[in-house]
Amino acid sequence: MSPLPSSALAVDASVPTAARPPGVRPPAWWRARSGGSAGGTSLGLGLVTLYLSFLVLIPLGAVIWKSQSNGWSEGWHQVTSPQAWAALKLTLTISVGVALFNLVMGTVIAWVLVRDDFPGKSVVELLIDLPFALPTIVAGVVLLSLYGPRSPAHINIAYTRTAITVALLFVTLPFVVRTVQPVLIELDRDMEAAAASLGASPFLIARRIILPNLVPAMLTGTGLAFARAIGEFGSISLLSGNLPFRTEVSAVNIYNQIQSDNPVGAAAQSTVLLFIAFVVLFALDRLKRWGGRRG
Amino acid sequence: MADASGVVAVQSNRRSASRYGLRFVALGYLLVLLAAPVAMVFYRAFQHGTGPIWRSLTSSEARSAIEVTLIVAISAVVLNTIFGVGAALLLVRRRFPGRHLLDVLVDIPQAVSPIVVGLALILVYGKFGFFGSWIERNGLKIIFSLPGMVLATAFVSLPLVVRSVAPVLAEIGDEQEQAARTLGANRWQTFRRITFPSIRDALAYGVVLSLARSLGEYGAVTVVSGHVVGKTMTLTLFIDERLQNFDQTAAYSAAVLLAIIAMGSLLISRRLRTRSRSNS
Repeated sequence: MSPLPSSALAVDASVPTAARPPGVRPPAWWRARSGGSAGGTSLGLGLVTLYLSFLVLIPLGAVIWKSQSNGWSEGWHQVTSPQAWAALKLTLTISVGVALFNLVMGTVIAWVLVRDDFPGKSVVELLIDLPFALPTIVAGVVLLSLYGPRSPAHINIAYTRTAITVALLFVTLPFVVRTVQPVLIELDRDMEAAAASLGASPFLIARRIILPNLVPAMLTGTGLAFARAIGEFGSISLLSGNLPFRTEVSAVNIYNQIQSDNPVGAAAQSTVLLFIAFVVLFALDRLKRWGGRRG
Repeated sequence: MADASGVVAVQSNRRSASRYGLRFVALGYLLVLLAAPVAMVFYRAFQHGTGPIWRSLTSSEARSAIEVTLIVAISAVVLNTIFGVGAALLLVRRRFPGRHLLDVLVDIPQAVSPIVVGLALILVYGKFGFFGSWIERNGLKIIFSLPGMVLATAFVSLPLVVRSVAPVLAEIGDEQEQAARTLGANRWQTFRRITFPSIRDALAYGVVLSLARSLGEYGAVTVVSGHVVGKTMTLTLFIDERLQNFDQTAAYSAAVLLAIIAMGSLLISRRLRTRSRSNS
């Protein structure tokens, strides 16, 4: 790292002024390299960057690089091959549906947890986070035990698209609940009381006062749920049966391509998933700033 | 007067009706999707008593799976704890070019499918990967052995410690650290005496989350493990392998073990989170 004067100064701003003898200012190149705060910063930054690079950045770069190693058109050809394309379409369709369903159900659950009171609420409160803590394969086993071939309720959804939907609903359940809940707790109830005193119906209050305040959080939770859903593997692979063109999702398709030694196809499909996930994350980052500006 | 109170009564009736309706929908949904299936797996595992569970979890295969799971998870958590505290300190306490970029990069792993994580590691550290020939020349093995599984696990649990520690660091501010430094404490003393005690609960919260995530990782590990029974088989892979061999008892037993760990970590992390919030 060759620190430009401006960046060296910027780094130096974090040094507590009191730690420096007044009047004696070492030159910029010295300050950047000395064992002081700036030196610690570069060393720490170097290690953190190294770790991130070798663990995350170089591997993800390799995926994108591999997807076009036989040319971009070949990569795209792999993505649009009938089986991969069917898997991608299925994944995106179900994920959109699951995300939208979460948008509604998650908001309802958050509402009930904040505004309603009933015995056993604290247990429900704990239960909500379980899908985050539970390993995905255990989620698969759990659903299989009640909705699988040996279902005591005689509901067998194994090897159907319904199974994929249910598995995704299970693993994405907490996202909307946990983003909406804190906003709902903070929401000023005086506004609702004022609206009610002016004769607004509960429905009108919900639509005009409560919902607009919740929308950024609802969209954030939905986006996170969607990003999670398109990459899900563990819970689905057990339940869906992974039948090509019928119940094979993208993650399983990638897995099968790795197993059948087609790294270019696997990398191409992965690149598409990465791209979609990053677009969603970028949009959410924008949304956060927008929501932050609105207060 | 009577009219007005009638309207109020109708409204409040309607309101409580909608309240019970919402409650019924929310709890019914949670019961069907979450509570009933989880209860069912416990019932299935325990329906013939604890004997079969104990036997299937103490078989040599299961014991080695537990051992491998612990080795991989603990290694990944140690790596991510060191990285996480360092990265959080940098992000909150320092100003440097590229800080916002680092902030964004830390969150990337949670947007990546576990299968893509596995593929990415194979493409770099596998036999035909970027560093494959170098690794082989030096007699190392990363993919299809423990180091690759540690990398995969560390990848997926990367943001958890950073994101638990950073907000607390930001909240406590750096006045006390600066005071310590002016009083002559060196960097390490300042961290150990001032910074660490105030982030301890948040750090423990992050470690518990990482550990829970690491013990249960399946997708990324399944790609890079090679499924060698007794060597690179973790508990999650053991569940899958047992199900393929129609050994439901063993699969349900391991699933229940992991579910209990998940529930325990949930309880502990909840307690730690409230404590770290009330302290700061």
